[in-house]
Formats: sequence, C-alpha cells, structure tokens
Amino acid sequence: MSGYFADVAALARKDLLLELRARDTLPAMLLFVSAALVIFHFALPAGTGELAGLGLLWVAIVFTALLGLSRAFVAEREQGMLDGLVLAPSDRSAIWLGKALAALAFLALAEVVALPLFALFFSGIDGATVAGVALADVGICSVGVFVAAMSIATRARELLLPVLFLPLAIPVIVGGVGASVAGEPARYLGFLALYDALFATICWASFEYVVTE
Amino acid sequence: MLLGVAIAMVAFYAPLDEDGLNQKIFYFHVPIALTAYACFGWGAWKGLRHLWKRSPGADLESYVAIHQGVIFAAMTLVTGSIWARYRWGHWWLWSSKQLVLFLVLFLFYSAYFMLRFSVEPGPRRANLSAVYAIFGVVLIPVSFLAIRLASDYIHPVAFEPSGPQMSGSQFLTFCVCLAAMLSLFAALYRLELAGKRIDARLRELRELLG
Repeated sequence: MSGYFADVAALARKDLLLELRARDTLPAMLLFVSAALVIFHFALPAGTGELAGLGLLWVAIVFTALLGLSRAFVAEREQGMLDGLVLAPSDRSAIWLGKALAALAFLALAEVVALPLFALFFSGIDGATVAGVALADVGICSVGVFVAAMSIATRARELLLPVLFLPLAIPVIVGGVGASVAGEPARYLGFLALYDALFATICWASFEYVVTE
Repeated sequence: MLLGVAIAMVAFYAPLDEDGLNQKIFYFHVPIALTAYACFGWGAWKGLRHLWKRSPGADLESYVAIHQGVIFAAMTLVTGSIWARYRWGHWWLWSSKQLVLFLVLFLFYSAYFMLRFSVEPGPRRANLSAVYAIFGVVLIPVSFLAIRLASDYIHPVAFEPSGPQMSGSQFLTFCVCLAAMLSLFAALYRLELAGKRIDARLRELRELLG
C-alpha cells in the first residue's frame, strides 16, 4: 500500500514542479478569477443584493477550475507521456489521484487570492462558505481531472471538457451556493461531502478504463 | 412488438372519460419519463457488462439504450412543458423538480453523443462510453437531491406542481400507458439494435470484399 501512495506523491510532485518551472497555469487562473470578479461587479445591477454576488462567486470558482483543468493532461498528451505512465507498474488510478491532488493545490492557491478579493469587492465570506469551497474543491478536482482524461482521448480534446464537466458540476454549485446563502448550511455541506465521497470513489475505480483499451 | 404501439392507441381511448383534456397529457408524460429512466438504467447496466465481463456487443446495446433514453427524455421535456403551459400558464417551471432533473440529464446524455462521436470506433470508445453511462446513473439521484436542496434557496415555492391524485380507473389507464411506453422502448430498441448490427455486418463484408 505504501507503494501506491508513494506513486501518487511522486506524480503530484511532478505536476507541481512542472508548474513551478513553467509558471503558466496558476498566473492565468489568478488573473482569470480577478477579471471575472470585476466583470461580475458590472454584471450585477443595483438592488440585486449580496446573495447574488455569492452565487456568482461559485460561478467564478467553477470556471476558474475549468481553466486550470483544461491544461491538466496537455503536457502528457503533447509529449506522449500518458502511454509511459500507463505502462508503469503502478495502479492506474494513481495517475488520477496524483493529478487531482495537484489540481486541488492549484485551485486552492487561486482561491486564496479569490476569496479575499471577493470579500473586498462584494460582501464578507463566512466560515460556511470557506468550508463549502474546501469540500467543493475536492469534488471539482476529482471529477474534473477524470473528465479531462476522457476528453484528451477524443478528437475534440479540450473543447469537450466543459461540455462533459458542467452537467456533473451542477450538484457542486447547488451545494456550494446553498452553503453560502442558505439559513442552515450544514445540509449543503453534508451534501457536498456525499457528492465528493460518491464521485471520488467511482472516479478512482473506473480511471483504469479511461486510459487503457 | 407492434403490439406495444397498439396498446398505446388503446390507452388513448381509455382516458376519454376523464375531466380536462390537459389531464390526459399526464398519462403520456409520466410513463415517458419513467421509460427514459429505464433506458438510462439499461444503458448503464450494459456499460457495466462491457467493462466488467467484456461481453461483445454490450457497447452497442448500451449506446442504443442511451439513444432511446435521450429521445424519451426530450419527449418528457416537451410533454411536461405543454402540461405546464396549460395547467399553470408558463412554458417552463423551475419549481417542477422532475422537469429540471430531466433538463440536467438531457444535457448530460447529449454530451454522451459528443463524446462518442469524437472518438474513433474501437475498444477505447466503448470504454469511455461505458464509464460515462455509469456516471450518468450515479448522477440521477445526486442531481435529484441537489435540485431538491436548491429549491430551498432559489425561489420561495408558490406552488408545487405535482401529479393529479389518481382514482381506480385512472390508475388502470396509467398502468396501461406505462406498459405501452415500455413496450414501445423495447420495440424501438430492438429495431435500432438490429439496424446497427446489420450496418456493422455490411461494413465488415464490404471490407472483406475489398
């Protein structure tokens, strides 16, 4: 079992190191989320209230994640590395888990900037929202990385990623916005946890079939 | 299997003794919706068989079932929309949980076709389609739960469009309609499957003959 986690750690470290050297995805995500928040200011007419702003925060998070995810397997595809990873004598699901953990790190870093910025531009962020963001990130990254792997196997490549990802992201949005906005956030946080557990499990179990024949 | 279509005709006559023409659409709407669920479930089951047992032909069966499912889902949205228009005055109701669920599923399964037609035929495509079909059936209850939770913070629900309460004779008509829709699905499924298999065989023969 320790071999499996060592594989996952190695793969996650590889992605983080690559990003550290290339420095392309994370700055793009940061600029994107900042620009999106500014656009939202102009998109909300007077009198819409702060709840609408909170709803839009979640839109920003999902689309920023989508931006980062579209780059998830690009390096592997361009340099033919995916075959090498698949041939390696480790459980294929380690590829998914390593990549998902790296994506989680990128998304979390983007949110470390986005959430204070949101609090500055719009309204305050409470603990339930932060908890919701944390739980939603797990779901978004698990499903997102899985779907990204599926989409690079196709002709349409990155074009297919939003099409496949967004219907699966609808429950995450509901959970997240509910946690931020509703009177009793516990139900929504519980729902996010359920989504995470369920989808992370089926992603982990079926990743093998996505990368092999 | 054309018996299924005949039963549907009979069902059309049977509810004539009910009140309100709009009510009758409900006899079609709910069975179509239930049949769509059955299609997606069957598609996912066939997908599972493909991945797990490697049954030959399971991939094609899964594809045909999901194709039928999308058609029935589209019909659910249309009939539901018509019912909503005549009952409540709006073409679309966000407060109708079943309709919203079908909208989400329709988006999801339409993406299935984009996925499928973007990959060359082969074991890769079969694997990806099967996995996606399985994700679909997991998504059904999760989305339903999500929609139910969402209704708490989206709009204060002024009314909850629910089906009419059914008396004995109505229930019988409903059951007949449900049987009719399911046999319609079975008939269309076999028809499309046979057609696709003949296509594949034809292609094989053409390649063999050079």
